[in-house]
Amino acid sequence: MTRTSMGKALNTALRDALREDPAVHILGEDVGALGGVFRVTDGLAAEFGESRCADTPLAESGILGSAVGMAMYGLRPVVEMQFDAFAYPAFEQLVSHVARMRNRTRGRLPLPLTIRIPYGGAIGGVEHHSDSSEAYYMHTPGLQVVTPATVADAYGLLRAAIACDDPVVFLEPKSLYWSKADWSEDRPGEVPPPGRAVVRREGRSATLLTYGPALPMCLEAADAALADGRELEVVDLRSLVPFDDETVCASVRKTGRAIVVHEAAGFGGAGAEIAARVTERCFHRLEAPVLRVTGLDIPYPPPMLESHHLPNADRILDAVERLQWSDEPAGRTGERGRHAVDA
Amino acid sequence: MTQLHTATHPHEADAAALRAREALLPEVRALRVLGTEQAAGADPDLLLSFHRRLVTGRRFNEQVTTLTRQGMLAGYPSSTGQEACQIAAAQVLRPQDWLFPTYRDALAVVARDIDPLQVLGLMRGDWHNGYDPRETRTAPLCTPLATHLPHAAGLAHAARLAGDDVVALALTGDGGTSEGDFHEGLNFAAVQRAPVVFLVQNNGYAISVPLHKQSAAPSLAHKGVGYGMPSTLVDGNDVLAVHTALGAAVERARGGGGPTLVEALTYRIDAHTNADDSTRYRPDSEVERWRRRDPVLLLERELQERGLLDEAVREKAEAEADALAAMLRRRLGAPAGLDPMDLFEHVFAEPTSQLLEQRDMLSEELRLDASQGPAGGAHR
Ligand SMILES: Cc1ncc(C[n+]2csc(CCOP(=O)(O)OP(=O)(O)O)c2C)c(N)n1
Repeated sequence: MTRTSMGKALNTALRDALREDPAVHILGEDVGALGGVFRVTDGLAAEFGESRCADTPLAESGILGSAVGMAMYGLRPVVEMQFDAFAYPAFEQLVSHVARMRNRTRGRLPLPLTIRIPYGGAIGGVEHHSDSSEAYYMHTPGLQVVTPATVADAYGLLRAAIACDDPVVFLEPKSLYWSKADWSEDRPGEVPPPGRAVVRREGRSATLLTYGPALPMCLEAADAALADGRELEVVDLRSLVPFDDETVCASVRKTGRAIVVHEAAGFGGAGAEIAARVTERCFHRLEAPVLRVTGLDIPYPPPMLESHHLPNADRILDAVERLQWSDEPAGRTGERGRHAVDA
Repeated sequence: MTQLHTATHPHEADAAALRAREALLPEVRALRVLGTEQAAGADPDLLLSFHRRLVTGRRFNEQVTTLTRQGMLAGYPSSTGQEACQIAAAQVLRPQDWLFPTYRDALAVVARDIDPLQVLGLMRGDWHNGYDPRETRTAPLCTPLATHLPHAAGLAHAARLAGDDVVALALTGDGGTSEGDFHEGLNFAAVQRAPVVFLVQNNGYAISVPLHKQSAAPSLAHKGVGYGMPSTLVDGNDVLAVHTALGAAVERARGGGGPTLVEALTYRIDAHTNADDSTRYRPDSEVERWRRRDPVLLLERELQERGLLDEAVREKAEAEADALAAMLRRRLGAPAGLDPMDLFEHVFAEPTSQLLEQRDMLSEELRLDASQGPAGGAHR
């Protein structure tokens, strides 16, 4: 076991996939000599040659469209989009072709390709470097959408995505690239079955439903909530499509209360879907409406103001207080009593 | 009259591949003016003003890069080595003309006499765009590559429809020429005969990707030819050459002759941004070679030959550069004075009720933070 970063675990997943399957090809901008701007493809062009890990011309639609053709011919392309907002030129390919090729061709032309997209903020990036675009992809039937929040999952989920016979949008939380955990390249651990959420922390008072970059702040809030006598359960969704109703509902039925936490704007976001599903399935077990703690409904702000936009442990704790407790709140230290939404 | 030098794609790694490509179309040569007869006819005042602007521009790049290392900006894509393009671009525009810059073109915008602090807002991270685009006739610095080129074509088209004497100059890098929007923008402009000029600053690399992996065309100027617009190739480190080519292109646009593409061969001396490690993809010897073709050096050689470069000229340029650098240090060092409530101000003309709700939440948070002192909440 060594301390390993999420970026390094992703790099190992790509290396192992390239070793095991000659059909796997990586393509993208700066993925070769530079090893990607986040170094996720570091050393792969040197080890596997420039055709297996190829720097492409600078054209996202061209990259993804070419990957479609490569997959049609039997390869398993893994595409890197440099940043969330730079994947938008490829949206046409993604929505009009990638997502529906299997369906259009009645299963004769499945597209086993992986689209890696670094997403999310909190890294002080300038405009167009911090979008959370998961809702666009989730809303497109035919795309799997997954996002790791831990080092081990980064490896496991990426291996699973590459092995998947359907297109997978693999969202990499930028703010966690440098997060480290004990992890061994030799025994990388389980490759999660597709679409399974995981309980990261047990609790019985309320459930925090989250994924990707928001997991650490949920764990922090759960720690802090103990001071008020609230035991928060934290569920890491890992996969937005397919969605694990079973794990989520088991947790919410146990606790009776739920908050969805994500970085993206709340309106029309992933949280809306999740809250609706939970309400539909667990209505009689709910003690309070399902709440959301999300980014503000504004275009991603400049770095000097991003801390006001992003959710944080404080906002989560404030939402916890709004979950219609029948007991008196235990008088949490640092109680701030914000009530933006009348729950 | 114009002396053409064999040049030239100095960014071309593989000579055989270049020869093969040149067989497709006649040899491509880049216009050079400095050191030629044509330069000898240039107005001394123009040359001296270029000199001052190049020296000040270089200092702008160096000072902002230093301040970025000190953490005062979120990032800065330096244009050191490309100052001749930046200065010439600003110089050929009249006040009513529009400039469409990229993230690397802060210097061209500053050279349009727009407040540097407003120009640097994007990189500093205080707001996405600091200056008034209408007032300054300058679009925001564009980060998604080539997406501003159709804007330039559309604006120029609209100006022509209105019968206004307005030209648009749009800047892009070599990498940007691969994006679909580059092609769509050029094609639209050519079909509409829009008064727009496209300047491709070919600095050899798109982050780490060298030109020969970007394009197999004999030159990037050829891409304009394919859309039916006159296209030229210039030495991008020769400020007079860039000025001459852009000047002619702007004149053509103004006279109803439609769009032009100008490819300027230049080099990015610094890394892509402060976050980039350029030693991973290019040798120092290559950087050194380009340093010897420095745009300031090339112009100074010309000035020297014509007896125009004395101590007084140097001192004046240095003094101007010093003053600019001191101003940048002072103003970028001062607090940005931001109001987080501005976040809700310009999302829509009229804020939605959801935004108003969120505004109340933030306002309450800020009130509590203020009342709890600098330590803030328990978990912040
Ligand atoms: C649509 C899009 N894709 C990717 C990027 C990320 N990116 C920023 S700069 C850059 C390289 C651009 O190279 P070039 O056009 O040659 O301009 P230069 O930076 O050399 O001035 C890349 C890939 C982007 N900004 N926009």
